[in-house]
Amino acid sequence: MEHIRTPKVENVRLVDRVSPKKAALGTLYLTATHVIFVENSPDTRKETWILHSQISTIEKQATTATGCPLLIRCKNFQIIQLIIPQERDCHDVYISLIRLARPVKYEELYCFSFNPMLDKEEREQGWVLIDLSEEYKRMGLPNHHWQLSDVNRDYRVCDSYPTELYVPKSATAHIIVGSSKFRSRRRFPVLSYYYKDNHASICRSSQPLSGFSARCLEDEQMLQAIRKANPGSDFVYVVDTRPKLNAMANRAAGKGYENEDNYSNIKFQFIGIENIHVMRNSLQKMLEVCELKSPSMSDFLWGLENSGWLRHIKAIMDAGIFIAKAVSEEGASVLVHCSDGWDRTAQVCSVASLLLDPHYRTLKGFMVLIEKDWISFGHKFNHRYGNLDGDPKEVSPVIDQFIECVWQLMEQFPCAFEFNERFLIHIQHHIYSCQFGNFLCNSQKERRELKIQERTYSLWAHLWKNRADYLNPLFRADHSQTQGTLHLPTAPCNFMYKFWSGMYNRFEKGMQPRQSVTDYLMAVKEETQQLEEELEALEERLEKIQKVQLNCTKVKSKQSEPSKHSGFSTSDNSIANTPQDYSGNMKSFPSRSPSQGDEDSALILTQDNLKSSDPDLSANSDQESGVEDLSCRSPSGGEHAPSEDSGKDRDSDEAVFLTA
Amino acid sequence: MEFAELIKTPRVDNVVLHRPFYPAVEGTLCLTGHHLILSSRQDNTEELWLLHSNIDAIDKRFVGSLGTIIIKCKDFRIIQLDIPGMEECLNIASSIETSEWRLSYVNKEFAVCPSYPPIVTVPKSIDDEALRKVATFRHGGRFPVLSYYHKKNGMVIMRSGQPLTGTNGRRCKEDEKLINATLRAGKRGYIIDTRSLNVAQQARAKGGGFEQEAHYPQWRRIHKSIERYHILQESLIKLVEACNDQTHNMDRWLSKLEASNWLTHIKEILTAACLAAQCIDREGASILIHGTEGTDSTLQVTSLAQIILEPRSRTIRGFEALIEREWLQAGHPFQQRCAQSAYCNTKQKWEAPVFLLFLDCVWQILRQFPCSFEFNENFLIMLFEHAYASQFGTFLGNNESERCKLKLQQKTMSLWSWVNQPGELSKFTNPLFEANNLVIWPSVAPQSLPLWEGIFLRWNRSSKYLDEAYEEMVNIIEYNKELQAKVNILRRQLAELETENGMQESP
Repeated sequence: MEHIRTPKVENVRLVDRVSPKKAALGTLYLTATHVIFVENSPDTRKETWILHSQISTIEKQATTATGCPLLIRCKNFQIIQLIIPQERDCHDVYISLIRLARPVKYEELYCFSFNPMLDKEEREQGWVLIDLSEEYKRMGLPNHHWQLSDVNRDYRVCDSYPTELYVPKSATAHIIVGSSKFRSRRRFPVLSYYYKDNHASICRSSQPLSGFSARCLEDEQMLQAIRKANPGSDFVYVVDTRPKLNAMANRAAGKGYENEDNYSNIKFQFIGIENIHVMRNSLQKMLEVCELKSPSMSDFLWGLENSGWLRHIKAIMDAGIFIAKAVSEEGASVLVHCSDGWDRTAQVCSVASLLLDPHYRTLKGFMVLIEKDWISFGHKFNHRYGNLDGDPKEVSPVIDQFIECVWQLMEQFPCAFEFNERFLIHIQHHIYSCQFGNFLCNSQKERRELKIQERTYSLWAHLWKNRADYLNPLFRADHSQTQGTLHLPTAPCNFMYKFWSGMYNRFEKGMQPRQSVTDYLMAVKEETQQLEEELEALEERLEKIQKVQLNCTKVKSKQSEPSKHSGFSTSDNSIANTPQDYSGNMKSFPSRSPSQGDEDSALILTQDNLKSSDPDLSANSDQESGVEDLSCRSPSGGEHAPSEDSGKDRDSDEAVFLTA
Repeated sequence: MEFAELIKTPRVDNVVLHRPFYPAVEGTLCLTGHHLILSSRQDNTEELWLLHSNIDAIDKRFVGSLGTIIIKCKDFRIIQLDIPGMEECLNIASSIETSEWRLSYVNKEFAVCPSYPPIVTVPKSIDDEALRKVATFRHGGRFPVLSYYHKKNGMVIMRSGQPLTGTNGRRCKEDEKLINATLRAGKRGYIIDTRSLNVAQQARAKGGGFEQEAHYPQWRRIHKSIERYHILQESLIKLVEACNDQTHNMDRWLSKLEASNWLTHIKEILTAACLAAQCIDREGASILIHGTEGTDSTLQVTSLAQIILEPRSRTIRGFEALIEREWLQAGHPFQQRCAQSAYCNTKQKWEAPVFLLFLDCVWQILRQFPCSFEFNENFLIMLFEHAYASQFGTFLGNNESERCKLKLQQKTMSLWSWVNQPGELSKFTNPLFEANNLVIWPSVAPQSLPLWEGIFLRWNRSSKYLDEAYEEMVNIIEYNKELQAKVNILRRQLAELETENGMQESP
């Protein structure tokens, strides 16, 4: 709390990004965990909550006659523009936020104060919901080719690896340790995924320290062991996910890639994915495009192309597709690495696994996949997502890209995934929110030292509890798309990859489709279920009455309650369906406020059946009345976890009009 | 009431009539060709028979879904009708309203305007002689006619060809009178010119031009630039080429997509249509829309504005009627525009994917409001196919006059008669449709306007998985309906049995 220079500023304006002329007047509060803006308007008292950990950049802009503008960009792609009347207040808020957004100790993070009011037992159960030992068992391990190794007990060999690792049975501790010494950060080849159907596997490691000519017998033996663990194939693919040039440059530093001459029976393959710095800049460029005020189509498409973002997404997908095909069609095992084997390798292994195994396309399976390929194998969440103040050059949207790959696949295979887009968006949000302990630190070792499981809650349990919100209505366990491998076309279909406005422009609700097919179908399915139950009950009663009639007994029975057929609410009424600025820069077009008839706002029909699965509405329906007494607890208190979005209230139908 | 066919709702029950010094009467309201009749259908109560010609003015009000129409008669009597149901009330009101519009047969022989149909709707106060004069002042004889009447507030969309002002600023009093006749007292209107100011100015050299504000002081002109002819055709050729090119990388794909400008055109057209709709619904102002000929971009804008404003145009029959009215009858030269498509090298001057752009825009709105349209994407694709090649006569010829000469009605089948068969209709029906009586405002941000894959990538990628998803969606909804029907039957059975039992029980 000592970093808060001013806890409250009045008469602050929150600028509407769509129509900048419209701004909401209200009060700004700084708490230990959130920035909160509460509108003055007595009808709505709309609240906007922003977690400090979501803040990416804060920009103080030149003071104008109306006040001092403060621009806050968030890691979940929300952009907040505030105008603070007094320059001094603005400065205080700015300085406070600069500090609050960059915590230096883990203990400052929200998850250590977040309390969803669960008892100890519930919290512990939450942490065991996703169990990797179970997952390896599901894959069919251990078996006579693969075994659980205790070589990394107490993180003795590699401190960024987990303790539980599967290695080929023929790989002795000697081989493993030898190999680890020949790999960057001692990340030796281990199993990531085992494909039961044909015994092929996906293994992962870091780059070998081969330089220009160095060899390591144990490392060569390690690859042999991986090949032998798959009797169906006489070779192993080694996939280096870096551009060839980058890999070659690494040789000068004593690192590099496998020489096919030294390793028997390997097929070496480059599949170029750019490094974290290129990806960071690419996202930056794309977000600049998203931020443009009324861009032309050319501005947008040119900017999208120029950012290179979709090219990078495609590169990751291509690598994943290559590996999935190698495993499922050629029956060959694959060793994947990049430099350290914790960014591109994680992306590619998880995309390949997702393509190969329908289990990972279920809700729980997807959590397992992230737990396995990302969390357990030491993806550096803290560095990549800037949870603690650190080197900005370490930050990069690595898992964001993976999440987008999943979305791109969902667009291609609408029935193949048990979960919906909202699930992906909420996971992305919580990777940055630090509200749950799952994504803290850079490795399992650090998390254990910090006693994360004893001190914080698990996101997986939270998502699982609310799973009804995350289901894809088109998913059916017995559908052909949910069986086996997903087959993508081999031709280079660039057009398959599309801009994901549901993620990057997700706070510009007006840009999203105004009616959600997913929500509509979920409502239909819910009603169907009720109908099924009613049908059964009716049949039972009918049978009974008929029996009674046969027996000529007179029974009196109550009239059945007619269940009301409710319309399905498909549209979120928080989305103001109002015209945008269609007049371009027509200066003289009159701007007259229309009657705020709500005919155009609430799009559809009955609200009775509205299942508010939008995070705006769901978790925050029970807000605390005042904000003055905010502790650092969850803003919603009670058993609800705070929503992941910060818009606290339904937008009313405010007509966005022609800006004159 | 001149035309009995304009009666949309001939009968409404539970209407309450209020007259001074009489008790309120509840009864059935009937509209006939000449009378408005209210009867409680009881022997001893008086019936109200009101000649339409006695109606001097009407007011309408709404409280919730209860509408009230106050009728002021020429004999100074004032009566009030409470009509349950917004739709019914609006229909009654629009039928009895002393119409400011009339049907004109001035173009019966296609003599005044070869590209207009024989019957057009024009302001009542303008006689056919004036129309003939206006026709000489408008490109192609396309004098301003009614395109759409917004029931909610009585505002209208009119369309025409450009005025032939030429370089010396010719004017036409009748033209000014005609379009002013559409304005209510003290109201201003907007003229949306679908060309940029620059292009409109250049048109003067060729005898065309635009309305000078000095001569049309009650109108404000807005220029919205929508491209024409070969520019659109080239755009289509480039887009299809980009979609077919499998060799290039991601950057080249995006760059080719951008260079085709197709989505730019989509955005421009949609924006103009939204602006038009906004003038009508939000500004409460009538509009006149034209470009040069008034047969291309004009029709894109007038028809899309109706999709936005008018729920009926989002139904299958309503959309068919829209195409019939705003494209076929309005004289969009389908024969010329759709003679060739994206692959033909021999370029003629008149080809342009104007109609396809319109369909693409409809698809964009459908994508943003997936539950508000009675038809699905396949319906739009089918229309695209038939506009370019069809075994039906519907899209043949360039206008009604040509179709008459070709005797298409006698010699060919209508596309609609085939499409409207139940078996065909089911392919085009959107399972998600729920009537939405609101104005729908689409987003025109580039992020909201993707490529229409169903048309442009149709032959370049397998749609197997998407088709399966559609099927699954249909199944979910069909199964729900099936259960609903079953439950209703059982409920009824049960209720019957229970009353039976009850009767047996009571002595």
